[in-house]
Order: sequence, then structure tokens, then C-alpha cells
Amino acid sequence: MPITRDEVAHLARLSRIALSDAELDHLAPQLDQIITAVAQVQEVAAEGIPPTSHATGLTNVFRDDEPAPCLTPAEALDQAPAVEQQRFKVPRILGEV
Amino acid sequence: MTETLVPYAEATERYEPVIGLETHVELGTRTKMFCGCVTTFGAEPNSQTCPVCLGLPGSLPVVNRTAIEYTIRIGLALNCTIAEWCRFARKNYFYPDMPKNFQISQYDEPLCTDGYLDVEVNGKTVRVGIERVHLEEDTGKSLHVGGATGRIHGAEYSLVDYNRAGIPLVEIVTRPVTGTGADAPVAARLYVTELRDLLRSLGVSDVRMEEGSLRCDVNTSLAPPGAPWGTRTETKNVNSLRSVERAVEFEIERQAAVLDAQGRVKQETRHFHEDNGTTTSGRSKEEAQDYRYFPEPDLVPVAPPRDWVEQIRAALPEAPAKVRARLRTEWNVSAPEMEAIVNAGALDLVRQTVAAGASPADARKWWLGELSRHAHETGMELAALAITPAQVARVAALVSAGTLNDKLARQVIDAVLAGEGDPDEIVKARGLAVVSDEGALTAAVDEAIAANPDVAAKVRAGKIPAAGVLVGAVMKATRGQADAARVRELILQRLT
Amino acid sequence: MSSELTRMTAAGLSAALASREVSATEVTRAHLDRIAAVDDRVHAFLHVAADSALEQAAAIDERRTAGDDLGPLAGVPVAVKDVFATRGLPTTAGSRILEGWHPPYDATITQRLKQAGAIILGKTNMDEFAMGSSTENSAYGTSRNPWDLDKIPGGSSGGSSAAVAAYEAPLAIGTDTGGSIRQPAAVCGIVGTKPTYGGSSRYGVIAFASSLDTPGPFGRTVLDAALLHEAMSGHDPMDSTSIDAPVPPVVAAAREADVSGMRIGVVAELGGEGYQPGVLARFAESVELLESLGAKVTEVSCPHFRYALPAYYLIAPSECSSNLARFDAMRYGLRVGDDGTRDAEEVMALTREQGFGAEVKRRVILGTYALSSGYYDAYYGKAQQVRTLIIRDFDAAFGQVDVLVSPATPTTAFRIGERVDDPMAMYLADLATIPSDLAGNAAISVPCGLADEDGLPVGLQVMAPAMADDRLYRVAAAAEAAFTRRWGHPLLAEAKGL
Repeated sequence: MPITRDEVAHLARLSRIALSDAELDHLAPQLDQIITAVAQVQEVAAEGIPPTSHATGLTNVFRDDEPAPCLTPAEALDQAPAVEQQRFKVPRILGEV
Repeated sequence: MTETLVPYAEATERYEPVIGLETHVELGTRTKMFCGCVTTFGAEPNSQTCPVCLGLPGSLPVVNRTAIEYTIRIGLALNCTIAEWCRFARKNYFYPDMPKNFQISQYDEPLCTDGYLDVEVNGKTVRVGIERVHLEEDTGKSLHVGGATGRIHGAEYSLVDYNRAGIPLVEIVTRPVTGTGADAPVAARLYVTELRDLLRSLGVSDVRMEEGSLRCDVNTSLAPPGAPWGTRTETKNVNSLRSVERAVEFEIERQAAVLDAQGRVKQETRHFHEDNGTTTSGRSKEEAQDYRYFPEPDLVPVAPPRDWVEQIRAALPEAPAKVRARLRTEWNVSAPEMEAIVNAGALDLVRQTVAAGASPADARKWWLGELSRHAHETGMELAALAITPAQVARVAALVSAGTLNDKLARQVIDAVLAGEGDPDEIVKARGLAVVSDEGALTAAVDEAIAANPDVAAKVRAGKIPAAGVLVGAVMKATRGQADAARVRELILQRLT
Repeated sequence: MSSELTRMTAAGLSAALASREVSATEVTRAHLDRIAAVDDRVHAFLHVAADSALEQAAAIDERRTAGDDLGPLAGVPVAVKDVFATRGLPTTAGSRILEGWHPPYDATITQRLKQAGAIILGKTNMDEFAMGSSTENSAYGTSRNPWDLDKIPGGSSGGSSAAVAAYEAPLAIGTDTGGSIRQPAAVCGIVGTKPTYGGSSRYGVIAFASSLDTPGPFGRTVLDAALLHEAMSGHDPMDSTSIDAPVPPVVAAAREADVSGMRIGVVAELGGEGYQPGVLARFAESVELLESLGAKVTEVSCPHFRYALPAYYLIAPSECSSNLARFDAMRYGLRVGDDGTRDAEEVMALTREQGFGAEVKRRVILGTYALSSGYYDAYYGKAQQVRTLIIRDFDAAFGQVDVLVSPATPTTAFRIGERVDDPMAMYLADLATIPSDLAGNAAISVPCGLADEDGLPVGLQVMAPAMADDRLYRVAAAAEAAFTRRWGHPLLAEAKGL
């Protein structure tokens, strides 16, 4: 099932990328082509095959509840685009989550 | 837009509420969920962060073992099944208080499932089903600047502090609770209370709603009896036990009005307002957010060995419900009396007062009486009053010893609450002790008799009740600091 | 003298430094000079850390004079792919969105290099966020192949590979997610290894695809790569996916270089259509060579390998769509459009629009799609199942043989600009390398000759089970020794680009 230009526009919004119309025109057919190609995985018979999310087989990796050195506020804020009252200043947020 | 409401009694006569609660508990671990930053409350902004909890490029999470242990403890105390194998998952959405723009949480593999918590509601046991208990990381905190109320709407910009980002959060989700009828709001509050007490007894969190270490979202739906469940709304910003109750009440009244008007209750998130007990519309839940959950690739599965789980189970403290049952017997109180104590939030206080030497009856009397009245008047929770169980026990002891009478004791209590110091200090400073000096008492008695010859004559003539006037006069003269019974004795001795 | 130093291997430099024939400062200066002489043409480096490198070198020289016990890499220069966090040095991941960012911390591997006394010459160019096979996706211009400056040096670790092939550094580190170390190594005629996933720490490595990213070494010889492999690898408690086991004995294996009795499997599915004839010819000769050295060669089938590419291009974009969400203009990096009229979401979207290149945008959008409710099972979920089947193919194969071999890439270095507008064509460069990334096992590319058609390098890929990295070096070293005898000189001596 090909992906439409509108769907690509929707996905771009979800991904917080403000694609221009020109970019949308350029990317949408490319994505359509790629999605068609990767959809090949659906040809594989995989009844009862467990998905692999972790290749190492490791489990139960923990750390002790012990404090470790942290950054100073200066270090944490050092490269913030904007700072006020020792906090990260961000543009207004619309709406509670 | 003001909402139309149906008065509560009417609403619950015609409709059956179904409630559900989602509670978030900040665990009291020393360090954060995935890094070694400390979790101390109230530190300078952005002074407790590191590459991991700031989500700096290249950083990676490592699970805090104690957080897992605490969560298992909670699950066991809630009678849950502990997963043999589970994973963390990424919950993806963009929000400035989330450094990675995904939250590491658990999705379809929570650590604990299928439990319950019994709650006593007006003499009935309500078994609240616990669907799941899972672990996730907390977000940072935003200050919204420029708007009128400090809230998001109308703000010009926001200031974000990431100290809280990454603190372990346990989410406890109930199954829908049915059959509570008009008691639904109370049941909700009592569930949260019971849960809070349980969590506190487990030592996993300081569970302070006012500090945000215990947060509650309440779901409410309404339907005519026998009909399928109605659409539920989720109410957030419920910051106290009382608010839990009020939020459910309001939603019942509001939704009843919608249903009465043949309307459709909108599935949405609502915001509770402390000042007037109402809820207003927030984000619409109709367009449900797609969080694109997938297993967290930076973390490996958690498979708690069964012997570890059993160790944790063996070390569980006595559940508050059991403690209460035991205390009921020890204190020899009835179930309704016990419920009253718990309802007033006084259980621990009474227990500590008894431990400090008071009798159960005295402890109950003071906490459920004078102090509850005080709490209600000032809108404070009992535990927040400026008086300790030890101080209350001391006052009770002073009364038993005859140093204070009831009236004086109340004055002492008021003074302690006003910050004047300890009971003994106050008694001394104000000279509030009951006059026990026989000589002084006798003198006061004689004075009163001399000042009221007609009354005295009556008493001599056998009209004993008239002695009351003389007692009153002596009490007035001694500013209430006489033992009324002894005064009466002395008067009668003199005149009969 | 200076040019001799840059022609030496890391092993050679290590010996010369240890015997005080030469100082770390001299070695460092020689390489900085070389960079100054050629990097305007190669463009391997995004940042040359001349001052700090000379400081580090001076410190090593002092310690050497004081008689301190120093490890084999002390004083040996290394180039670092700009995906590794290096405290105080710019770290861009090849992207505009991190232009000017200086991390307040070091990646674990950066720390280990410093502890080993290696001299960090600078940060090398890469495809943006490690997405690409040619380094053309870098926001800072492409790097060029020292064999032919009009050709790609491979990607995404193209800068590191070019730096080593151009003698700007004897050693370099990169990351391999779909082939991003082995493919550049192959097309540049040098050695590159993807260690076992979890064998080298990802802490401080700017994440592309978390379950696939593997830091690894580049060197001009197998032994050099082994020395670096050993120094950089090992368990890291800051990385939950890090394997808690000793590093396999890669240096010893590289020195032994003996393949007699080893069972070698040629993967049937990694060859044939889509592979350049010259590449296949050199590969066939390599197989014969290994046989002549005493190995037993058989053909092995891994039937699900043909689904490796589509599975990878579902899993990697999915993970990266999530990993790159943090680049939102709020805490660091580029911020665009914050003029007081726009809200946070708008600023995020404008910033990411300008800060990300086309390939990154494609993969982020693709990943968002593959993880979406309603599509997850058919795409991401299915790809993870295919991954299991590929792992099983490997397990079955390694039940019969000790290592697997294939050409490292289907073609030699292609022309700059040739595939950059054709994503699917670009993705094909990773055909042979992707299966090992999905399975998490170890793989190496070692030069095995030049293709007849174009005189460009061909790489032989060797694959080994997880934690059997030493087998890679055993086989690669044996092949390298035999080839060098046959050629009379290291392959790189024939590079004419510079």
C-alpha cells in the first residue's frame, strides 16, 4: 500500500519536522519507494517466531542506589539556547499533556 | 462556561458511578531511576542533573536495583503477581519537560499485575482490583511565566528545571470500581488514603501529596443502573485526599446533567480546581495519542529471580489493615469507631500518642475531638497541625494527674498550636495549673460564700443544686483553674 | 623523517616510542603536518585538536621520561569519529543541529583512549547521525577517498577511514550500525572491525540505532586494528547492553595468524547478482588463498539474509526516530524561529527542519511510520521476527563452520554524487554487512586486492560468532600476510589519489 503525500505530511508533523512543500514533493515518492521495499519483510513466514529486541541475551543489569557525581548547574545550562533563573528557558508550551 | 449540575443525591439516585484511579508514587530511593543523581526535594534548579537524566546525546540509562525492589514490594503488598520477565518500553511524545522526548516506562509488560486492595467504606469492604503496577521515570518541572495564573494558558514562555527528571515513579492502576453508588467519592478518597498508608508502611516513599510524591488521576463515568458503563473522563491536578473526593462528586453531578439532557459525555482529560471544587475541560482524549511504544533497546529485560521475590515478601511489614485490626482489639473500639479514626486521618497519630503514654481513650478523645475541630476550622490535615503526639500525651497526663482540667487542657492545646512551646512550659508560663492548694481553694470558697449569702443560705437549707452558683463563682475567681469537683466538695463541707 | 613517521604502523610507532627512538610530540607533530598537507583535499577531519593533542603528547613524553609504565598505545595518534562525545571538543555527529556543541562529558571509549595514552588528533567527518554509506550526508561536506578523490570513502565512518588511508592517523575509531566501519574500510583499502555488539561501550556514542550501534577500530594493518580493538573494548557499567566478559584475545590471534584446520563457510546469499565482477573475482581468490593456508572451505546457506536489508531499514529508522527526538532546540544545539511569537512546538519543528538533512528526515519519518499504531506489527514487529530468523541462520551456520566469509561490499567505491539522490541504491552498499549488525556478532573487513575494472580496493569480510572476535583477527591476519607476500607491499602503497 503506497504512502500518500498527506500521510507523509502527517508523519512529519508527528515527528516535529516542518517540511516545506517542495521537500514534501521530493520526499514522499522516495518514502513510498522505501516503504514498498521494506514491506518485503511481510513475505517471511514468521508464525510463532519471537521478535528479537535485544541480541545479547543479557538480563538483570542493575546499578546500586548510590549517588554519583553530577553536573553543576553551570555545566548543565552551559549550552542552553536560553537561560533564566538557572532554568532552561523555552518558548511557550501550548496545552498540558 | 458554567456547567449544569444535578444535585448529588439526585444524581446518584438515577445513575451508577464507576470510578478508577491512577496513582503515581515517587519512590524514595536515594538516586534516580537510571542514573546516580540524588533525589532530594527542594534543591536549587538544575543542580541535580547529569548527562543521563538530561538526555544529552550519547547518554544511556542503567536501572536502579532498589527501585525494582521497592516496586516488587509494592506489588506484593497489593497482592499482585510479579512478572518473571519483563521489559521497559519507550513512550514517545514531545514535551519540553521530557529531556529525551520519550519516557522510559513499561507498556505491555508491567512488573506487577492482578492484585487488589481492600478498603472499608461505610462498614462495607470494597475490594479494589489493581490491574498493574509499573515503573517509569518522572519528568522535569516547568514554571510558566507571563500568564495571569502561572498556569500554561496565556504564558509567554516557560522555565524548566530537570532536577525531578528521572526520579523513579511507580504507577498503580486500578480496575474499574463498581457498586459503590453514592459512596463512590468517599470510596475513591479512602482508597487513596489506604494506598498512601500502605506505601508509607512499606518505606518506599514519603507519599506527600502536597510535595508531589503521591499524585492521583481520577476516572469517573456514569450510567443508568444496569446499563453498560458510560464514557469516562480523567481528572488531573487532584492534589489532596479531599480533592479526590470532591473531584468525583463534581464529575458525577456534571455528567448526570449531561446524561439528563440526552447528551454525550465527552471522553476527555479534565483539570480539577482546588478553589471551587470544579473540573474544567483540558485536552480532549478523543484523538488518543499514539505513543509508538517499543521495547527500550538501551535496557535489557528484568527477570526478578523467584528467591529474591520471596526474600522481599518475607520482609514485608504488617499491612495497615492488619495493624488496624490489631489496634481495634487492643484499644477495644468498635469498627465504626475505628473507621472514624481512620477517616479523620488520625490512626497513626492516635497510635503514637498511645505509645507516648496516653490511654487509647484519651488519645482518641483529643485527636477526634478538639484537634479535629481545629483542623477542620483551619482547613489543615490533622498530621499537619503544629502539635505532636508526644505533646498530646503530655496534656492527657497532666489532666490525669489533676494538674489540668478539661477546660485548661484545651487552653494548653491551643497555646501549643499557636507555637507557644511545650505543654509544661505553657502551664508554667501562663500559670494554668489547677489550683490544688487547699488553703487557696478554701479561701476562695469562703469568699464566694461570703459574697453570696442568699445562695449559701439556700444550700444550708438543703437546696444542694444551688451550690452550683457558688462553684461557678469560685471557678470565675480562679479563672477556671480550680478542680470543680473539689470546690463543690468544699462548699458542701462548709455549708452542710 | 616526518613522512616516515606517518607511514609507520601503530605497532611500529608503539615500539619506536617505547624504545625512545622517537617522542610522542614528534609523532604527533608529524601527523598534524600530514593533516595540514592533505586534509584540504581529503576533508577527513571536522576538527583538528592540534593544541590539546600536543599537550597530551607532551604529557606522555614526560611520563615516559619519568619511567612510568605506559601501555602499547601511549603516544600513538588516533582519529575519533565525530559521533563520540569528547569533553571540551566539538561533537556534531555530522549534523547542523549540533553545530558548536561541546559535550560536558567524555564517552567511555574516549576516556579509555585517554587512559591508554593515545593522542586524539581530532574529530572526523561522518554521515549525519551515522546514516549513510558515503559520508555525503554530512552537513559539513563530504570526505574523499584517498585512492581517488572523486570517489566516496564510504560511510558513515568515512572521515575515520579516509584519515587512516591518507596516513593522517595510524588509527581511528568509528561506529558500525549497518556496515559503517567495514564498508568504508573496504572501499579505502584498510582494515575495519565491527566488534561483537555489547563488546565495546556505547556510553557517550550519539545514538543512531541503539540495538545495532557498535564502536570499533580502523587500522592499516590487522595487528593495528587488534591493538586498538583491545584498548577500546570491554565491559562498561554505564552501558546496560555492555557484555561483562573479558575482551576476546584479538591481539594474540592477530599475531598467530594461523588458519590451518579452521572451517570457513562461504555465504551463498552474499554474492552473485548485484555484486561487481571485480569484487567477486578478488573474493574468490581470497577463498582459494585461505584454503591454500590450510582452512577447510564449504558453502553455507543463510536463507533469511536476503531479508536483512528490509529488516534493517525498518529497525534502524524506528530506533533512530526515537533517539533523535531529543534534538528539539530546548536544551542545547540549534534553535530556529524563537522570535517571541512562536510556541515551543513550532520552534522544535522549524529547528529540526533546518537542522536535519534529507536522509535523517527520511529515516525519522520512516521510523515514525513503522512504529505507528496499526503498522507496528506488520513493520517493526515483523522486522524483529526476521531478525530472530537471521540470528538462527547464523547459529546454524556457526554450528558447521568457525567463521563465515563474503565480499565486504557489493561494489568498490562509487563516484561522489552517483547515489546521493537515490536512497535505495545507496542502501545496497550495506547488503553484505547488515546481517552481522542485526545478529550482533563480530565481523571484519580486510583488504584482499584491487578490482580489475577500476583499480579500487576490495574488502574481504570475515564473520564470527558473538564474543569470538579473535577468530576474525586470526583469519584476517593470515590473509593479510599471504596477500602482502603475494603483492610484495601493503595494498595501500598503490593508492594514487594523494
